[in-house]
Amino acid sequence: MSLPYAWKEAGKLTLPVMFGYLPLGAAYGILAVEVGMPWWAAVMMSLVIYAGAGQFLAVALLAAGAGLMELAVATLMLNSRHLFYGLSLLKRFQGAGWRKPYLIFALTDETYSLITTLPAERAGDQALAFRVSLLNQAWWVLGSIAGVLAGTTLAFDSRGIEFALTALFIVLTLEQARRLRRWLPFAIALFTGLGALLLLPDRHLLLGAIGAASLILLLHYRLGRNPEACA
Amino acid sequence: MSTHSLLLFIGVCALATFATRIIPFVALAKHADHPLILHLGRYLPPTVMMILVIYALRDFRPLLDGRLNAGATGWPMIAAALIVALLHLWRRNALLSIIGGTGAYMAMVQLGWMG
Repeated sequence: MSLPYAWKEAGKLTLPVMFGYLPLGAAYGILAVEVGMPWWAAVMMSLVIYAGAGQFLAVALLAAGAGLMELAVATLMLNSRHLFYGLSLLKRFQGAGWRKPYLIFALTDETYSLITTLPAERAGDQALAFRVSLLNQAWWVLGSIAGVLAGTTLAFDSRGIEFALTALFIVLTLEQARRLRRWLPFAIALFTGLGALLLLPDRHLLLGAIGAASLILLLHYRLGRNPEACA
Repeated sequence: MSTHSLLLFIGVCALATFATRIIPFVALAKHADHPLILHLGRYLPPTVMMILVIYALRDFRPLLDGRLNAGATGWPMIAAALIVALLHLWRRNALLSIIGGTGAYMAMVQLGWMG
């Protein structure tokens, strides 16, 4: 496959993420400048941290004058769902060579979703995963730069465009369902997702639901080991 | 805030974020072929995806404090989510489903339909 074609393929895959990351990154850039952060620092955060909710949180903590310890703990808590992402990608990233550190660094919710939903014949294609990861971060950084530059005056009414990320998750869930043809993960997700929605405050919702789901999958593995293997 | 302390702030946040991403790869590097890890690799992605959908739609609360709540973004979000799902089941074209649903949502929110 020629190189331009390979990037075009990755570009097409990341298009929905672009619709989400550009406005979201811009919102982040606007917020960062508004609380008094220099433009270069705001852009640098998108380059070296690269975490949507994490960067919003960091800006809020910076504005509130929080300490470094508080920042470290809050960031670890907020992003600890990534622990579970890594668990399910150990095999897939094996032998990725020089691309591996970046693949791990750039593991956002959206990149994880795209990479794990690639068709079976492309699942082991780490070069494709790398291009998808890099493009996703490019959209995020570009959005941040636009936000920093534009301040509060955006030319076009983009209200509601962030729904693109919700739409992406819906499409990827349907694709996963088509591939797996098993109801179990979706039942677990409904149970833990709705449970977390009822029981947990907003900021702990994702971690609570994903953590509980991982525990249930662990139990499912233990129970399924003896009778007719767990598939 | 001095440039130095700002850089320190960014550095701590970057390290803490990267730590959450790399820990499983370092801690379990030797166990990638363990059946439990393979089990999680198979079932965790669809579970997480569905949880992300629920999370993304969390602002929809038809009942709030025991009363019917016709919130501003609630119904357009559900309607747009249905459009995405139906478009996708019908044509199975990811881009079409996403653009169709997002366009419908933007129109509903910006024009104040179903508000």
